Amino acid sequence: MSFERIVFFAFAAILIYAATMVITRRNPVHAVLFLVLAFFASSGIWMLAEAEFLAIALVLVYVGAVMVLFLFVVMMLDIDLATIRAGFMRYLPIGLIVAVAMAALMIMVVGPTNFGLEQIAAPERLGADASNTEALAMTLFTVFLYPFEIAAVLLLVAIIAAIGLTLRQRPETKYQDTGKQVRVRKGPDRVRVVSMPAEKKLELK
Amino acid sequence: MDTLIGLWDTFGRDWPYLATLIEILVKIVLIVAPIMLLVAYYTYAERKVIGYMQLRLGPNRVGPKGWLQPIADAVKLMFKEVILPTGANKFLFLLAPLITLAPALAAWAVFPFDEELVLADVNAGLLYILALTSVGVYGVIIAGWASNSKYALLGAMRSAAQIVAYEIAMGFALVGVLVAAGSLNLGDIVRAQAGGIFSWFWLPLLPLFVIYFISGVAETNRAPFDVAEGESEIVAGFHVEYSGMAFAVFFLGEYANMILISALAALMFMGGWLSPFHGWPILGPLFEWVPGIVWLFLKTAIFAFLYLWFRATFPRYRYDQIMRLGWKVFIPITIVWILVVGLAVVYELPWWFD
Repeated sequence: MSFERIVFFAFAAILIYAATMVITRRNPVHAVLFLVLAFFASSGIWMLAEAEFLAIALVLVYVGAVMVLFLFVVMMLDIDLATIRAGFMRYLPIGLIVAVAMAALMIMVVGPTNFGLEQIAAPERLGADASNTEALAMTLFTVFLYPFEIAAVLLLVAIIAAIGLTLRQRPETKYQDTGKQVRVRKGPDRVRVVSMPAEKKLELK
Repeated sequence: MDTLIGLWDTFGRDWPYLATLIEILVKIVLIVAPIMLLVAYYTYAERKVIGYMQLRLGPNRVGPKGWLQPIADAVKLMFKEVILPTGANKFLFLLAPLITLAPALAAWAVFPFDEELVLADVNAGLLYILALTSVGVYGVIIAGWASNSKYALLGAMRSAAQIVAYEIAMGFALVGVLVAAGSLNLGDIVRAQAGGIFSWFWLPLLPLFVIYFISGVAETNRAPFDVAEGESEIVAGFHVEYSGMAFAVFFLGEYANMILISALAALMFMGGWLSPFHGWPILGPLFEWVPGIVWLFLKTAIFAFLYLWFRATFPRYRYDQIMRLGWKVFIPITIVWILVVGLAVVYELPWWFD
């Protein structure tokens, strides 16, 4: 057994353990943290497959940004387990059917009939100076330029839609207009000079 | 049994593996030990610098001129009791400080101290550092949640929103650097700045440079962006419940992160190990003998000093102003400047990119 295999199996075991914990843990915060662990483990496996850019991007984007926001939301939830589990038995049969169908589909697609060293030969090891980032960029920005740009536009639409859905004007809330605050002039806007009539002169008797 | 034999085959019979392992471990210790020492004396420097700025002497009782103060502090913290709050998640509570410290130390693996001196000369070094520094935020969030305390949770919430916002600005600033250098390798980024002080990236990327460092201050939760601690509002924020060594590890993590951000600023905008007089008529040869690591250290020290200076002079930002600065000011500026740098690189603008 080579060293690489040991590393692979270690990461794979962690990945499967973490993924199972994500769906079985009662506490959603624990589930999210296990999902983070799962991302780290799959990033390790990608690193083994010589996909350094994808491995690091997975940690950077999903662990560093997406999961932080997940945690942010989940930590603020007031979770009432009774209401969550109320419909469990009622939805169990249809849930089971969907789960079995999904599992069957996945086995059909990524099962041993389509993958494995017999179907697809192992790619040759790249040299130490091969840059995965450069190779990826070269294909992404030449051959797949249009799909890439379409995906980017789709994401932009999603961002605008999300902002549009959550944006609401509340007239009762007071807002600060930063532009106005910045434009305040030192003299006339901040200090008001009031001229008052002088008091009557005190007369000594 | 097969596995055991396999293990023996891999590690036992092939001694080179073991030798490599030991060699790497020694190298790691050689990098981490000086950094920890630097962290200890950075806290001393902070107290001295802020002391002098406020017309006080700072620590001056332990050892000559107070030089043994950090050691006294470390010993004190080690012997204090670590208190676990009731209802706290014990595992996560103790894990959180480590998550803050570990990325700050692991990031040094790809850091080039000199032309040759680098532990792992990785192609995607810049990405690796970005990924690791983004993991550090988990320490703060987990600490806030696992403490089972309202103040800690409030601190964690503030920190999470702030770090996500400033990470984007920081990432964009670094995109500008990699466009200008044409490489993700940290050594190549320094080599792309070859020349004297005016050919380094701080000049053509001036807006990105300023934004990078300010975002770095915000990322490390330091004044004036220290709302996650906010001692006047939420006691001590995410680490209210921590004491003893658990608190000390948080402290180490914060200072190690500050040194890392300073060193990265020196590397990416101030020419890393390059001499500021490189290629100049008289001063160039005069300073030829200075080793690169000395220049790197001096540049890092300047940024590290800026951190302390900021803390002594600026009042804390208001929370909504922090958010506005991050999202509405920094991100648009970085996007515009990336465009400018991209055009300059494509059309090979003179002075820097020709």
